[in-house]
Amino acid sequence: MWIYEKKLEFPVNIKKPDARLAKIMIEQYGGADGELGAAIRYLSQKFTMVTPQAKATLNDIGTEELAHLEMMGTIVKQLTQGLTDKQIKEAGLDPYYVAHGLGIYPSSAAGVPFSAGALQSKGDPVTDLYENMAAEQKARSTYEYLMDLTDDPDVLTPLKFLREREVVHFQRFGEALGIVRDHLNENRTAFISKPDFMKKR
Amino acid sequence: MTREELLKSLMELDFMAVDIGLFLNTHPNDSVMIEEYNKIITAAQILREKFENMYGPLCSFRSYAQKGWEWIDNPWPWQKEANFDL
Repeated sequence: MWIYEKKLEFPVNIKKPDARLAKIMIEQYGGADGELGAAIRYLSQKFTMVTPQAKATLNDIGTEELAHLEMMGTIVKQLTQGLTDKQIKEAGLDPYYVAHGLGIYPSSAAGVPFSAGALQSKGDPVTDLYENMAAEQKARSTYEYLMDLTDDPDVLTPLKFLREREVVHFQRFGEALGIVRDHLNENRTAFISKPDFMKKR
Repeated sequence: MTREELLKSLMELDFMAVDIGLFLNTHPNDSVMIEEYNKIITAAQILREKFENMYGPLCSFRSYAQKGWEWIDNPWPWQKEANFDL
C-alpha cells in the first residue's frame, strides 16, 4: 500500500503564469514518456520481477515517479494560476481550456490523452528492465527539450532536478539488469534467449 | 526555525534517504552506506517531529492529530504558499 507525504519531493515555486509553457509542460504529466506512464510501467512490472534487488528497484522507483507526477502537476497548476482569457487564447491553450478548464488532465502537449499503449509489462524480467532503461532515456530527452523552450528559472530548477533523477534511475535499472542476468545465468550477448522459467510452460 | 527553513531541511534529508535507498537496493551489502542511511533517517525523524509539532501533520495516517484535525489545513504541497525558492 501507499502513504502520502504532505510535501513535494522538490519545491516548485513559479511566480509568473505562462500559458505557452503550461501547454508544453503537460507532456511530462500525461505524455508517452511522462511520469504517469513511468509510475504505471514500473508498478505493474514489479509483480513478475525476479531477484529481491530488482523487485525493490521497480517498487521504489515507481513510487518516486508518483512524486514526480505530483511535481509536474504542480508546475502546470502554478503556470496556469491567474491566466487571463486573452493569455489563454494567444498561447493556443484554448483547445485544452475548452476541454478541461484549468484542471490538470493527463495528456500530451499535443492533446492526446494518456494511454497505457505507450508502455509495456512483458512478464520477462530482462525485457522489462531494458524497456525501463529506454524509458528513462526518453524522459531525460523530453526534459532537455522542455528546458530548451524556457528561460524561467522557477521552471528550470525543478526540471533540472527531474532530469537528474532520470539519469540516476537509468543507472539503477542498469545495475538491476546486471543482477537479474547473473541470477538467470544468462550471458550478455545482444541476442536474448528465453529464461528457463518461461520455457516450462 | 521558520516553516520554510524546517521544511527545506527535512526535504533535503528525506531526499538523501530516497536516493541512498535506491542505491542500497542494488548494493545491499554496502555497510558504509547503510550506516549513512541510518544516520539520515535518525536526523530526519527529529526534524519531522519538530515540524509536525509546529505546523501540523505531514503524513496521512502516521502523524498524531495534535490540535484538532489539521490534516486538511492549507497549504497543500502544490500551492505556492507551501513552496519556496532554493
